[in-house]
Amino acid sequence: MKDKDMKDNAISADNIIINSKIKSFWIKLLVLCFWIFVWSLLSRIINQELFLPSPKSVLLAVLTLSKVAGFWISIANSFIRIISGFVLGLIIGAMIATLSYKSKIIYELISPLMKVIKATPVASFIILALVWISSVNLSVLVAFLMVLPISFSNILHGLKSTDEKLLEMAKVFHIGRLKRIKAIYYPAVTPFIISAISIGLGFSFKSGIAAEVIGRPANSIGLNLYEAKLYFMIKELFAWTVVVILLSVLFERLVMRILRCYGHIQSRV
Amino acid sequence: MDIKVNSICKSFNGKQVLSNVDMTISKGVITCIMGASGVGKTTLLYILMGLLKPDCGEIKGLHGKRISAVFQEDRLIEHWDAIKNITLVCKKDMTKEKVIRHLTDIGLTDYEGKPVRALSGGMRRRVAIIRALLSEYDLLFMDEPFKGLDEELKKQVISYVMKNTKGKTIIIITHDKEEVDMLQAELITMKSNLVF
Repeated sequence: MKDKDMKDNAISADNIIINSKIKSFWIKLLVLCFWIFVWSLLSRIINQELFLPSPKSVLLAVLTLSKVAGFWISIANSFIRIISGFVLGLIIGAMIATLSYKSKIIYELISPLMKVIKATPVASFIILALVWISSVNLSVLVAFLMVLPISFSNILHGLKSTDEKLLEMAKVFHIGRLKRIKAIYYPAVTPFIISAISIGLGFSFKSGIAAEVIGRPANSIGLNLYEAKLYFMIKELFAWTVVVILLSVLFERLVMRILRCYGHIQSRV
Repeated sequence: MDIKVNSICKSFNGKQVLSNVDMTISKGVITCIMGASGVGKTTLLYILMGLLKPDCGEIKGLHGKRISAVFQEDRLIEHWDAIKNITLVCKKDMTKEKVIRHLTDIGLTDYEGKPVRALSGGMRRRVAIIRALLSEYDLLFMDEPFKGLDEELKKQVISYVMKNTKGKTIIIITHDKEEVDMLQAELITMKSNLVF
């Protein structure tokens, strides 16, 4: 009887979670419809596709573009470059955060550099970087430089927030380094890594595409955006912008889902 | 070898917590340290565990000793279950069956598959005690280990501790004289930085 009650309670809790997820999905969909409606309304009022194309014509432009192989090649090239910069920034940021956590001297050395990178305008980086490297690798470097200080400060913050009492416990019981990382550091740092990924991905796409617009490497989203602007192809300009937004949002969702699944596996006992 | 504490002092931010503390802790028996709150019992325990360095004095008989501890707080990995928390500090040859046997011995049931944060205070305390007892140690430090347990449970846990620590050197901080009697322990009373 008791088992049956517990099972019923678990089922009703699951139902509540599913219902709230469905509710949240419909709310998000309604909000999206509302803004598309506002966009459509503004486009009708202005009534000039050159200034503000309608959502319908932008969608059609995306569909037309997607029929050409160059569209997918540009997306793949830009995506790979930006994600490479993002991943590099995340990993190297994590490494120097760990070193800074371990050594006060390294922290004092690295911290001002991170502050400078954080405060420097993206445009300055792009122009300076163009002097140093080829336009093909520009978006990699810019995405890397955007993510590096975010990854560094978030992960360092996470490491510093690790429970000192648990670390004392680990010291007394001589718990090995790997076990310490898994049991104590990983749960403490994970929310900060998730936050770094979420913020960093948005920055990477924005700055990476900006770098491509200025550097104009062949077969890239940035070059397509630049050309669309140059020839007043406003529908295409909007279409490419929509593609960048979708790319950034969908990839962020994918990463978050993977992290959540991994976190779930880790916390499962 | 007995543990000899010679003229230990410790202060925090200019406030003297321990001053010239001397004591001898006998090998292979349970020693209880009693004293009023703020007298420096936990500080002394931290120094003995190597988590704090004394400002002056020395401790003999600790070198090379493996230590284990039950802290004032449980200090468990909250999102892990009881078995995983215990095996974290054990050698690789510790089997799940052995851990379950100890959990049963101490009267713990209904813990499987639950993270320890979902367990009651008394259950968590017992997990912390088993964790300390199943690790490899020569010296066991326990800071108010039976706090928060009801009388019946306290008796059961004390009997479990006595059964599983025979011949080991155990240092327990307590406020309860009854616990000292139940543990048949040697007693050291700390009083205003003086030891009697």
